[in-house]
Amino acid sequence: MYPADLKYTKEHEWIRVEGDKGRVGITHHAQSALGDVVFVELPKLGRRLKQMETFGVVESVKAVSDLYCPASGEVVEANTTLEGKPELVNQDCYGAGWMIVVKVADPKELNKLMDAKAYEAYLAAEGGH
Amino acid sequence: MSAPEGPLKQTPLNAVHRQTGAKMVPFGGWDMPVQYRGILDEHKAVRGAAGIFDVSHMGEVEFRGPAALEAVQRLTSNDASRLAVGQVQYSALTTEAGTFVDDLTVYKFADDHYMATVNASNIDKDFAWMRDHTKGNVEIRNQSDETALIALQGPRAVEILRKLTPLDLAAIKYYWFARGKVLGQEAIVSRTGYTGEDGFEVYLKPGYAAALWNALLEAGQPFGLLPCGLGARDTLRLEAKMALYGNDIDDRHTVLEADLGWILKLEKGEFIGKPALAKQKAEGVRRRLVGFEMAGRGIARSHYKILKNGQPIGEVTSGGPAPWLNSNIGLGYVLAEHSAVGTAFDILIRDNPVPARVVPTPFYKRKR
Repeated sequence: MYPADLKYTKEHEWIRVEGDKGRVGITHHAQSALGDVVFVELPKLGRRLKQMETFGVVESVKAVSDLYCPASGEVVEANTTLEGKPELVNQDCYGAGWMIVVKVADPKELNKLMDAKAYEAYLAAEGGH
Repeated sequence: MSAPEGPLKQTPLNAVHRQTGAKMVPFGGWDMPVQYRGILDEHKAVRGAAGIFDVSHMGEVEFRGPAALEAVQRLTSNDASRLAVGQVQYSALTTEAGTFVDDLTVYKFADDHYMATVNASNIDKDFAWMRDHTKGNVEIRNQSDETALIALQGPRAVEILRKLTPLDLAAIKYYWFARGKVLGQEAIVSRTGYTGEDGFEVYLKPGYAAALWNALLEAGQPFGLLPCGLGARDTLRLEAKMALYGNDIDDRHTVLEADLGWILKLEKGEFIGKPALAKQKAEGVRRRLVGFEMAGRGIARSHYKILKNGQPIGEVTSGGPAPWLNSNIGLGYVLAEHSAVGTAFDILIRDNPVPARVVPTPFYKRKR
């Protein structure tokens, strides 16, 4: 449920490094805790984000949650498919449910994130699953 | 809603919910299931087939004695004298200001015996209010701990419940009830609900609740019945524009402002809040609860501001997706001059004004 090739934040986002870019989404734990996702709001292309700055929101039927960017950088892609199909976040959180791609400004920042093993331990300590 | 101190209260079905994979949350001091499979699936099951809800956290207060009707009449805004034995009425427990202590349903068992079903988070407050504001020969008893309540809602409800009771369900009309055996145990079967769908609410002794829950699951399975949590209960009631205490109605908004004039019977005689409500009716309301639909992209949530040309005109009290209607809807109080159907205004979502417009309510109305 937590792929080994991703890095994870304490706010339950993941980032997958693809060359000098990073693809970002929310984790299995996050989508499960949210329940049915009904709305996703993503940033405009070109926006420059700092690490752990909020870049959008994800809304379930009941709740609104902020999204935090795992790495500083410029937004170069946003998954506009989610506007019409927000349920992809539940159905395929590491695939079709991705949210943005950022051009990573400082790869060293990624060392601050958790790997899959550390994230699973973090969830266990949090009382998650 | 302020959660009371101390451990969460549990309904008689708590263990059943936990064993069957419900996601549990604290709600008004209770440990309640917010969802089973998922809110959207549960919502659609109720509209298209059937669903069951544990609403045992709701409160039941009985009025017995020669002055029972007099007491109910004095406490509530609707006219309980119009009830026949076996009939149910939606009503308001009103303050002197004509605002809500709570909303409730009133059941008539006999000329000297009525019951009020009240909101879970208000049980203690309501019971104290009722006793403090009642004189005369009537005994008021809080029966909440001795009563379980399961709601079976949806177009297939009659076919499902029929398997479990000899009662003639077709003879129980909307907002009427009957007493009889369900699964061989004494129960009250009420054709009421909080979803905008046909269905029943079954009151029974707590010890039999788990057996009925499981029997309903089994009887309903061929029809597509799902167990449902409070999440779907909320989206269903919002589509049907049924008020939620603490959101859409409270002790700061009057019965008239809440657009519930149909439960206000000023001609019935004296009751708490009548002078204030009579005055407001004569003068007109300054603000009114309206239903709106989002015209722009965004979901309204309670406490979001409502703007007209950049100026605040009100606040959202309930909002969210309408799963059956494929739109985003909400309720909110706005200044009366902006309350007409068709009025355009904006909902302030994360500092962005998003267009919405006032629409006729209920948003969803079942075919009869």
